[in-house]
Amino acid sequence: MDEKRAPLLEMRNISKSFFGVPVLQAINFDLYPGEVHVLLGENGAGKSTLMKILSAAYRLDSGQILIDGQEQHFKVPADAQTVGISTIYQHFNQCLDLTIAENIFLGRPPRTRFGLIDWRQMNRDAQAALSNVNTNLDARTRIGTLSIASRQVVEIVSAINRRTRILVMDEPTAALSEQEVKRLFELIRSLTERGVGVIYISHRMEELQSIGDRVTVLRDGRNTGTHKIAEMDLDSLVRLMIGRDLNQTNIAPLPDDMPETLRVENLTRKGKFQSVSFSVRQGEIVGISGLMGSGRTELAQSIFGVHPLTSGEIYIRGQRVNIRIPGDAVKLGIGFLTEDRLGDGLGASLSIRDNMSLPLWASGQEYVYGLFLNRRKERQLSNEYSRRLNVRATNMSMPVRYLSGGNQQKVVLAKWLIARCSILIVDEPTAGIDIGAKEEVHRLLINFTRQEGGTVIMISSDLPEILKLSDRILVMAKGHMVKELNRAEATEEIVMGYSLTSIKG
Amino acid sequence: MAETVQTDQLDNSDVVQRRTNWLRELTQHPAVSLTAILLLMWIILSRLSPYFFSLDNVLQITLQAAVVAMIAAGETFVILSGGIDLSVGSIFAMSAMTAGLVMQAKMPIPIVLAVGLLTGAVCGLANGWGVSKLQLPPFIVTLGTMSILRGFALLINKGIPIFGANPDFAFLGQGRVFDLIPVPSLVVLGVYILCWFILRQTPFGRFTYAVGSNPEAARLAGVGMSRQIISIYVLCGVLAGLAGMTEASRLSSAQPAGGVGLELDAIGAVVIGGTSLFGGEGNIVATLIGALMIATIRNGLNIVGIEAFWQNVVTGFIIILAVYLDRLRRLHGAA
Repeated sequence: MDEKRAPLLEMRNISKSFFGVPVLQAINFDLYPGEVHVLLGENGAGKSTLMKILSAAYRLDSGQILIDGQEQHFKVPADAQTVGISTIYQHFNQCLDLTIAENIFLGRPPRTRFGLIDWRQMNRDAQAALSNVNTNLDARTRIGTLSIASRQVVEIVSAINRRTRILVMDEPTAALSEQEVKRLFELIRSLTERGVGVIYISHRMEELQSIGDRVTVLRDGRNTGTHKIAEMDLDSLVRLMIGRDLNQTNIAPLPDDMPETLRVENLTRKGKFQSVSFSVRQGEIVGISGLMGSGRTELAQSIFGVHPLTSGEIYIRGQRVNIRIPGDAVKLGIGFLTEDRLGDGLGASLSIRDNMSLPLWASGQEYVYGLFLNRRKERQLSNEYSRRLNVRATNMSMPVRYLSGGNQQKVVLAKWLIARCSILIVDEPTAGIDIGAKEEVHRLLINFTRQEGGTVIMISSDLPEILKLSDRILVMAKGHMVKELNRAEATEEIVMGYSLTSIKG
Repeated sequence: MAETVQTDQLDNSDVVQRRTNWLRELTQHPAVSLTAILLLMWIILSRLSPYFFSLDNVLQITLQAAVVAMIAAGETFVILSGGIDLSVGSIFAMSAMTAGLVMQAKMPIPIVLAVGLLTGAVCGLANGWGVSKLQLPPFIVTLGTMSILRGFALLINKGIPIFGANPDFAFLGQGRVFDLIPVPSLVVLGVYILCWFILRQTPFGRFTYAVGSNPEAARLAGVGMSRQIISIYVLCGVLAGLAGMTEASRLSSAQPAGGVGLELDAIGAVVIGGTSLFGGEGNIVATLIGALMIATIRNGLNIVGIEAFWQNVVTGFIIILAVYLDRLRRLHGAA
């Protein structure tokens, strides 16, 4: 990359707010031809907002976008495409039932003299474009039959075919194998050799050094600086991203005499898990570790009544209970924070307040005359908990879909705390939320158990998280509970070792 | 330290929010902008005809709106829950016919009414059962029952209307309180006050929104799904039954072929009221305004002397226009 050449793209003093909350504050960002410029930042730091402004999906509040030194005034996304800006999102915009060629030429197919689609020409051009990037894909293959990696190649070929000069790639390697990542990087290099500028967004810090030329780190909507990647190490990048070193959270040891709150015996759901038994105590955080497909999520779902058990017994404070549907579990004081917040944790169109109070009402608490909602109590509780959990929102009657991932997760937590659940099952409680919000969630879980006498069962793929919070760790492999470890004896290697246990029979 | 700052901010914004809220909520409320459009329609129509804006005619409009409004109230619950009920027109006829049969047998009026409402409830139960237990799309279930129930309504009396209403029964559809206000209009008012209260103040109402917004999240929050969904369709059936009897009473006869196409008017009223067909968002007061709007178009064009066929054209345009305006309002509110 040559600094003396004129920049392809300059974004100057870009600012944007939503609902009066500034999301981007005077961001400067530039891109030279033939460069890969990495954009780094936590969730909610403003990366995607900045890129949406570039592709004209959002309007900027103030600032300038210059291409080849010319100021641009985008009104609709098509304006950005016309000057050669293309974005490849994590979830591709492709028509699965159409062929590769149709997707490449979507919206502007070659025509015959009579204005009909010239299929021969289209397939030939598409095939030529494909072989240009050294793939052996057939242009007449339906997109829906392709692997993620191949579909990504098609996206890139479409972008080249649109004469793209600025290519934005959002988490392009999230779903790729190591081999596929290598091939993708070769393809990106062949693009930059032709003078295309690539803006590359990724959370995988390791891969940045092998693909990026420069890096810009956003934090809380501000640019913390642009650096040459070769001159940075990972630690300093993390520090730029979160603005400090990570805190050490300390947990007081659990007293020995805490009573048992939940005990399960020989739980089995055919094909998912077999004969799982364990018990948890008041004030305790028990981590469940295991690989994907080890049955940990299915176990939690069955305890909560989402899917029926084939056999087994559940006891709450020594009492045998029968949980057929989630409603039974909620009435027994169990809460379940699921992995997929928007999929099954929140009603996106409902307000923050209505989401927070739903399990409270579903468990039949706080009715007036046994029939009506106590809306004053609802307002008071939801305000109290959004303060305690530090939910950042301007307005409690705002639909929850406008919140960032971390704040949505806090709303899900709040709803179970408001419902006064005493046993909280959390499945990947910090997946996809940024480091700051993650710490807050950890603090909440510790507070819920140690101060308020709740019990937490935590499923997580994040081993450091499991090791940090759990008083005990239960390791699952292939549907079996293979090991119980104390806080003192657990290390990442040991937990991982047991996760890989092979079960016979 | 940092925490305290955050807390203060939230406190502050909360107070400020409450102060400005009522005004903003009022202007942003879908029912308010709709009422403005309705009033505008009335002003234009009263310019076009001196007969339009009289107390008599306004009451007439509320009477004409009554049947659609009753059905649309139930339909609002169904659509809020993410469903749709196409069978309301058939339930309407079924209830009229069963009530008519019981009346023919010289049963007392309370029993006649109870039978009509119960018929609606049973039909709604069947719909709700199909949706929640058979896990079929509401469109399919109610498309099926629309046909099935229409068939039964015709079979009950071999396709022949039942005449000879009891004079006491006629009060429901033809009566006027203080010799002025039509009874169906008052019934509609009662229905909407009740429904508004249910949606706002009861768990049933809150769960209706929750189920429509995200059924899986509602289930995992502990909402009893089958019970909720079945109750919603039962409520819709009961209101369709009430509408059927009101119409039978007004016409002094139960028509087995009556109410064809009513579901479209009812859905139209709900949609004009800005309730999202995807569920989870909407407002019942706006549905009432929507029903009044449809009745206004029918009545107004009649009085002004425009050919009746134009009513369909204008109603269609109003539906599209209302939803478009609502979309603009939402976009504006979000930005």
